[in-house]
Amino acid sequence: MTDITDLGVAAIRTGVAQGDFSAREVAEGFNANVAAASALNAFIVTTPEKALEAADKVDADRAAGKTLGSMAGVPIGMKDLFATDGVQTTAASHILEGFVPQYESTVSSNLWAAGAGMLGKLNLDQFAMGSSNETSYFGNVISPWKRSGGSNAQMSPGGSSGGSSTAVSARLAPAATGTDTGGSIRQPAAFTGITGIKPTYGRCSRWGVVAFASSLDQAGPMAHDVRDCAIMLGAMAGFDPKDSTSLDLPVPDWEGELNSDLKGKRVGIPREYRMDGTDPEILKSWDDGIAWLKDAGAEVVDVRLPNTKYALPAYYIIAPAEASSNLARYDGVRYGLRDLPEGSGLQDMYAATRAEGFGDEVKRRVLIGTYVLSAGYYDAYYTQAQKIRALVAKDFEDAFQKCDVILAPTTPTASFGLGEKSDDPLAMYLNDVFAVPASLAGLPAMSVPCGVNGEGLPLGLQIIGRAFDEQGVLNAGLAIEERANFTAKPDRWWV
Amino acid sequence: MSNYRIQGATGDWEVVIGLEVHAQVTSKSKLFSSASTEFGAEPNAQVSLIDAAMPGMLPVLNAECVRQAVRTGMAIEAQINTYSRFDRKNYFYADLPQGYQISQLYHPIVGEGKLLIARDEKAGIPEDKYIGIERIHIEQDAGKLMHDQHPTMSYVDLNRCGVALMEIVSKPDMTSPAEAGAYVRKLRSILRYVGSCDGNMEEGSMRADVNVSVRKVGAAELGTRTETKNVNSVRFVMAVIEQEARRQVDLIEEGGTVVQETRLYDPDKNETRSMRSKEDAHDYRYFPDPDLLPLRLEDAFLVECRASLPELPDAKRLRYTGELGMTEYNAAQLTAEVETFARFETLLAETARQAGKTEAEVATQVANWTLSVAPGVIKSLGDEARLEHNTAAANAAILQMVSANTVSGGQAKEIYEIVLKTGRDPAEIAETEGLKQQSDTGAIEAEIDKVLAANPDKVAEYRGGKDKLFGFFVGQTMKAMQGKANPGVVNELLKAKLG
Amino acid sequence: MSVDKQTVAKIASLARIQMGDAELERMVPELNNILNWVEQLGEVDCSGVEPMTAVIPNTLRLRDDVVNADPLTGGDRRDDILANAPAREHGFFGVPKVIE
Repeated sequence: MTDITDLGVAAIRTGVAQGDFSAREVAEGFNANVAAASALNAFIVTTPEKALEAADKVDADRAAGKTLGSMAGVPIGMKDLFATDGVQTTAASHILEGFVPQYESTVSSNLWAAGAGMLGKLNLDQFAMGSSNETSYFGNVISPWKRSGGSNAQMSPGGSSGGSSTAVSARLAPAATGTDTGGSIRQPAAFTGITGIKPTYGRCSRWGVVAFASSLDQAGPMAHDVRDCAIMLGAMAGFDPKDSTSLDLPVPDWEGELNSDLKGKRVGIPREYRMDGTDPEILKSWDDGIAWLKDAGAEVVDVRLPNTKYALPAYYIIAPAEASSNLARYDGVRYGLRDLPEGSGLQDMYAATRAEGFGDEVKRRVLIGTYVLSAGYYDAYYTQAQKIRALVAKDFEDAFQKCDVILAPTTPTASFGLGEKSDDPLAMYLNDVFAVPASLAGLPAMSVPCGVNGEGLPLGLQIIGRAFDEQGVLNAGLAIEERANFTAKPDRWWV
Repeated sequence: MSNYRIQGATGDWEVVIGLEVHAQVTSKSKLFSSASTEFGAEPNAQVSLIDAAMPGMLPVLNAECVRQAVRTGMAIEAQINTYSRFDRKNYFYADLPQGYQISQLYHPIVGEGKLLIARDEKAGIPEDKYIGIERIHIEQDAGKLMHDQHPTMSYVDLNRCGVALMEIVSKPDMTSPAEAGAYVRKLRSILRYVGSCDGNMEEGSMRADVNVSVRKVGAAELGTRTETKNVNSVRFVMAVIEQEARRQVDLIEEGGTVVQETRLYDPDKNETRSMRSKEDAHDYRYFPDPDLLPLRLEDAFLVECRASLPELPDAKRLRYTGELGMTEYNAAQLTAEVETFARFETLLAETARQAGKTEAEVATQVANWTLSVAPGVIKSLGDEARLEHNTAAANAAILQMVSANTVSGGQAKEIYEIVLKTGRDPAEIAETEGLKQQSDTGAIEAEIDKVLAANPDKVAEYRGGKDKLFGFFVGQTMKAMQGKANPGVVNELLKAKLG
Repeated sequence: MSVDKQTVAKIASLARIQMGDAELERMVPELNNILNWVEQLGEVDCSGVEPMTAVIPNTLRLRDDVVNADPLTGGDRRDDILANAPAREHGFFGVPKVIE
C-alpha cells in the first residue's frame, strides 16, 4: 500500500469517506512526518493533539452517518500568520513570541468547520516580509530540495510562505495555508514544486490574519495539485461581515467545475515579462506552457502590460507604507514583548520594545514606509505609487479584453541557496517581479509546477485571471498540470 | 466684528478664534466595533478585540454614526459629501492601541456649513452673526490614562477607545470669548436638537480644541496660532481665549514670538501651558485606511436623514416670534434647550386643547408660566417638589383657571405648589382649599360699602384729588375678601362707587 | 531624494525603533538603494490618473448599530483582552508612568 502521507487532499478525503483508512490514521501519519522533520524547521509550533482531535471528530461523525465536510479528515499546516485560538501566533517575530490569541481567524475557522485538523503553525518570513524565509525570528526554513549532483547547499523554500511550501513539498502536510501580499504563495510554491493559488482580493477574509499590507494581503491554499487547491480554496473562502473588504459573493463550486478543455479560451502572453536577465530555462518553461495550453485547445494571443516594470517599485512603496502603520500596534502595551529599560518612559519603552522585537527586514520596511508617508514626501511617493497601481490594474483590464487568462513565469529564477541573496535586499525584492503585478491589481493568480531545471530544482508557471475568475485560472492550471507531468520529488534527506 | 480688545503696551490687539469641537456621536455601539459605548462601565469591560488592536483585527463602520454625522451636517446647512473616505492618523500613545486613529483628513463626510449666533448686546455681540463651519468628519475616540493610581505606572482603560466622535471644525470667524461661548452653546443646542450628541460636557461628550491667535487691530495677516486641547466647558473655552490672548500679546510685546504648538488648560490655575509630549504632532503620516473602502452615500439614505430632522433652533425661534407672537426674549429662552422647548410645546398643546383656543392665543401665557412662574415655584419648594406630579395636564388646568378668571395669579402659584407636593387635581385644590376668586359683584359690593363707610376721611381726601388713595381702598377690600376677590371686579366697582 | 544619517534617525524615532549609531550608519545605504530604485516611478506621466483606492471595485458596507452583535467584534470580554498583557493591574493595562 502507498504511504498515506503521499496522498493529497482529494485522495485523503475520499479515502476517509470510503473507510479505506481512518482520519486518525492520516493524522498519525502526518504527525509522525512532522516530528521527524525538525531539520527543515518548517513549524514554529506543532499541534499533533489538535490534528488527532479533529480526526477523531471526523471518524466519529462518519461512524454516526453524518455528512462530512469538504476537508474532512485532512490535516493541514497553518501559516503562523493566522490567529489560532489558544495556540501561539507569532508571525515569526520576537515581538509576538508567546502571544496566544483568544480568537480564531475566519479562514482557519472555516477550515476546521470543513473538517480539517491542524498539524501545527508554520514558519514564515517575519510578518510575511521576505522572499526566502530567512527573516523569521525562529530560524530559516530549509527547502527539502537540493541542487542535483550532490550539492549540500541548503536551498530556500521561497517566502514568505516558506514553512507552508516546505511542509507540503516534504509531505509533512497534504496542504497548507499561505498568504500572498506580493507573491508569497506563488513564489514558494514554484520553488518547491507544489501548487498554490492566490484568489481575487476579498475572497478570503483577512479577519484574524496578522496584517502586513492590508490592500494586498490575501490568503490561499498551497497543495500538491490543482484539484486539491480548488477544494481547499472552497473551504477557506466566503463572505465575512467582519472584513470590510470581503467580497459579498457566493463561493463557486471550483472543484466541481474543473475542466481542462480550453477550447474557445484565449491565453494572453505578456511580452513585457520577457525581461533581460531572465533565466533561459525559465523562458523555455514558459514556451512549454504555451505549447501545452495550445494543446488543451486554447488560442494564444500577444498582450501588452506596459507598466509591468513599475509594478515592483510601486509595490515597495505601498506595501511598506501600509506595513509601517499596521505594525504600529506592536508596542509592548497589550500583548507580546515588552522591553522596559530601567527608568525609561512610555516612548522609550516603545522604541526599545520595537528595536528588540522586530528583525532587520521588518525594520527596513517600517522605516521606508514611515519615510514615504512622512510630511513632504506623501505625494511624490505614496500618491504616485497608487496612481501607478491604477495604471497596472488598467493594463490588466485592457489585456483581458483580448484574452481570458494570462500565462507567465512565476519567478525569474529557480530557488537559490540560503544566504546567497540575503545581503542585498534589492536583489531579493526582484524575485517577486512577476508575481507583484497581479497582487497590485487584486487578481487571482496561481503557480503550478512545470518541470525542473538543469540543477534538478522545480520551476513554476503562473496563470493570472480576471477578477473573480478563479475557475478560469484553475482550469488553465489543470491543463498545464495534465501535460507537464511533474513527478519530481525531493529526496528525504532530513529524516 | 466684536469690539473685544486686548490692551497692550504698544496698542490694542484683537483676537482670532477657531474651534474644533469633538462631539461624541450618539450610538449604542462603537464606530468600528460592536462594543458598547455606555458611560461608566468597569475598566476595559467595553473593549472588543478590535478596540484593543489585537493582531489581524479589522474595522467595520457603524451605519448609525454615519447617519448622525450626515444629519448634523444637514442641520448646519452644510455640503454633504456623497463620497468620503477614512484616513489613518499615525502616532504612538498608550491610549491609542492601533498606533493610529481612524479619521477623515482628505475627504470628510461633511463640507462647509454655517451656524448663526444671535445678537447679545450684554455679552458684546452687537448683531446676529454667522460663524462658518469648515467641515465635520468622523473619527475614533482614544482610551483613557490614569496617572494617580500607582507610584510608577499609568493605567490604561480602553472603554472609550473607538467610540465615534464628530469633529466639527469652525472657520477662524470668532473675535471674542463671548462669540466663542455663544458658538459652543449654539452648536451644543443644535446637536441636542438633532439627537446626534447628548452634549454632556461633564462626561466628556463634547470638548473643544481652541485655536487662538492675536494681531494688532486692523492688521490683515493672521498671527501664529496655538491650539489648546480638550477644553470641556463653555466657561473654560472663554477663559482659555482670554488667558491665551493675553499671554500671546505679552509675549510679543516683550519681543518674543508665538510658537505654533499644542497647549493644555489648567482650570485650577486658570492658565495654559505647553504640552511637550506631542512633539511629533506635525507628522501624522496620514494615508487612506486600506482596511476600509470609500464611503458612498445613496440618495435614499440622504432623503431619510433629511426627513428625520426635527425643527431646528433658528426655525423654531422664528416660528415662536412669528406665528405664536412671542417676544424675542421668550422665544430665545424657550428654544435654547431641548428639554425646555419640549416641555413648553407639550404644555402649549395641552393648554390650547383644554381652553379650546389656538396655540397662538395661549402662547404668551404658557411662555410666561414656563419661563418664570413655574421655575420660581419649583425652585422655592426645593426638595419638596415632586416632579412626577408636574404634568402638562395639571399645568394646563391651572392656566385654564387663570384665564377663566377662576383663580388669581397668586392662587395659581399656591395651587401649583400643592400639585407639586401632592399630585392632587388643581380644580379640586381650588375648590377644597378655597383658592378661588370671588367675582360675585354683590358680595364684593357689600365689602366695598363697609370699607368706604369705615373710612369717610379717606373717601373725602380721594374725592378731593388724592388719587393715590385708590390703592388703599383696593387693598382694604381685598383684605376684607381674604384675597379672593377678582381684582378686576374690585377695581371696576370701586371706581363706580367713588365716582 | 536620498536620506542621510540624521534623516534616518528622525524616521526611526518617528517609527519608535531605537537605533544605535552603527545601525543607523548601516541603514543609510540600504535605504538609499531602495529609495533610488523606487525613484524611477517619477518617470511615469500620471497626469489625469486617479490614485487607486479600492483594488476590487466595491463600496463600503455599513453595519447595524447593535451592541455585542458578535462576540468576535463586541465587548464584555475583559479577561481575553487582558490575557496577554505584559503588565495587568486591577483590570487595566499598566505602562510606565506618563507625565503630561
